[in-house]
Amino acid sequence: MEKRVTFSSWTIGILFAVPQLLLIFTFFYWPAGQAVYWSLTLQQPWGGGNIWVGLDNFRSILSNADYWNSITASLVFAGISTGLAMFIALVLAALTDRQLAGSRFYRVVLIWPYGIAAPALAMAFRFILAPEAGFMAVVNQVWPGFWDPGLDGADAMASIIIAFSWKYVGYNFIFFLAAFQAIPRSLIEAAAMDGSGVMRRFRDIQFPLITPTIFFLLVINITESFQDSFGIVDIMTSGGPANATNLMVYKIYSDGFKGLDYSGAAAQSIILMLLIIVLTIFQFRFIERRVHYR
Amino acid sequence: MVERTPFLNFFTHVILFVGFVLCIAPFVVVTIAASHNLKDVNDVPMSLLPGSDFWLNIKTAWTTADLGPKLLNSFIMAAGVAAGKVMISALTAFSIVYFRYPGRTFIFWLIFVTLMLPLEVRIVPTYAVVANVLSPYQTILDLTGLSWLIEKVSGVQVSLSLGLLNSYSGLILPLIATATGTFLYRQFFLTVPDELTEAARMDGAGALRFFIDILLPLSRNNMAALGTIMFLWAWNQYLWPLLITTDQSHATAVTELKQLIPNVGGIPEWNIAMAGTLIVMLPPLIVVVAMQRWFVRGLIATEK
Repeated sequence: MEKRVTFSSWTIGILFAVPQLLLIFTFFYWPAGQAVYWSLTLQQPWGGGNIWVGLDNFRSILSNADYWNSITASLVFAGISTGLAMFIALVLAALTDRQLAGSRFYRVVLIWPYGIAAPALAMAFRFILAPEAGFMAVVNQVWPGFWDPGLDGADAMASIIIAFSWKYVGYNFIFFLAAFQAIPRSLIEAAAMDGSGVMRRFRDIQFPLITPTIFFLLVINITESFQDSFGIVDIMTSGGPANATNLMVYKIYSDGFKGLDYSGAAAQSIILMLLIIVLTIFQFRFIERRVHYR
Repeated sequence: MVERTPFLNFFTHVILFVGFVLCIAPFVVVTIAASHNLKDVNDVPMSLLPGSDFWLNIKTAWTTADLGPKLLNSFIMAAGVAAGKVMISALTAFSIVYFRYPGRTFIFWLIFVTLMLPLEVRIVPTYAVVANVLSPYQTILDLTGLSWLIEKVSGVQVSLSLGLLNSYSGLILPLIATATGTFLYRQFFLTVPDELTEAARMDGAGALRFFIDILLPLSRNNMAALGTIMFLWAWNQYLWPLLITTDQSHATAVTELKQLIPNVGGIPEWNIAMAGTLIVMLPPLIVVVAMQRWFVRGLIATEK
């Protein structure tokens, strides 16, 4: 879509865009370029500039078992928490959309978790899921040693998944509910007149009509699980125990800032960037064509 | 809605109520735990009746993590990011929609691409840039030979340096450098009728006048929505403030939470930790509750 009526002055037009362009050049394009440069060079320990090493940084990272472990952990985390958060939100939104008494109330409250900072909710869940106090302690009293996120990697992974999903149920709920409400009532009423029940209407009308939202949220949830997980991991597990929750962004942070391995961290950043770009393009190009639009 | 489904209605109520309890439980648990004394909070199972130490714990958490100045820092950062985004995105969207200059499509794509890569994935080099924000320009001058030229002509050696670590600008500016708001404005500007622009031009208004007196007042809804979203988003930032505030004076409330994690030895002071958590999660929660309409509208519009 283009405007028919525009202003003719070129200079003023470009001037309006200058602040944004300066910002994204300084804080986006330059650092992104820098990351590519660092990933292809190696900083010399005694100073004196970087030396060109080609793809060596990538080779050494990709042959590192710790890195593959981090990728696996990220994918497990992304898969389970996305599935959990989206499924629960879908059920809650579908039921709220039936507009029974009290649905207005749920529409307001179920959104709240998304407003909370990841580290703050991580702290809350660290207490709730602590093995010695809080609520899992009750379970531990019945079956001693059943739950300990400090020692058992699977328990730690479960903890961060629960914390992340709790927040993103609220986020997904907003979008699912908006999608359900955009479906014309008359369509559903007509189907009801034709004798289809609630489940049938959901399966044949509502679900197909919200597929664009489902795919949109799928991609957003996966990308967010790569970024927004940092605060949760840092507060709840610090990547432990035994690297079981050392997700990709957390590893970039600890390698780059704790280990001072800029080249390695830059190479990992590039891999993560590529992953996110592929996901985004996948969303725009591939998925959007295959879903049913109104 | 259209037919009688008593069983399904009952089922709906039960599920929604369970969802509500799961959603609200962490808030309740945090509040109750924050009201217990050290012994009660470590009881198994913890009593769900509130204790009497609520204000004492709040006060202890407040002083331990020095939350007063930190909350102020969080507020300055969040308000700065929200205001900056609201203004800069409006300018850019105006430029993209209302002008026809060569390279406009290129600028559009240049901005669009920034949507793809969040700050978290390019965190290391961004840190290096913020440590000396003029380093990109220094490098460009060096590579093009301009700094050599300047040195020859004027005898001044060019070394640009401006560190933004431990400063509000360092906290705020990199968070503004994305495109989220620009597209919200663009969508809206495209729906503004052309007749309005024509009428304004006929009355002798230039681009600047039209922007300030007509377009901006019309975008008030957009500004409220974008401002709410950006305020929350910036308040909840963690990794970026953690990195660039090496000095305590600019740390934010969210990064200070880490100070309150109970240490392993001794009896964990969960009551203090939960009191601090409550203080940190309250401001964004108030914004969500008060601005719910804008919040939901902004979210749905910015992401799509």
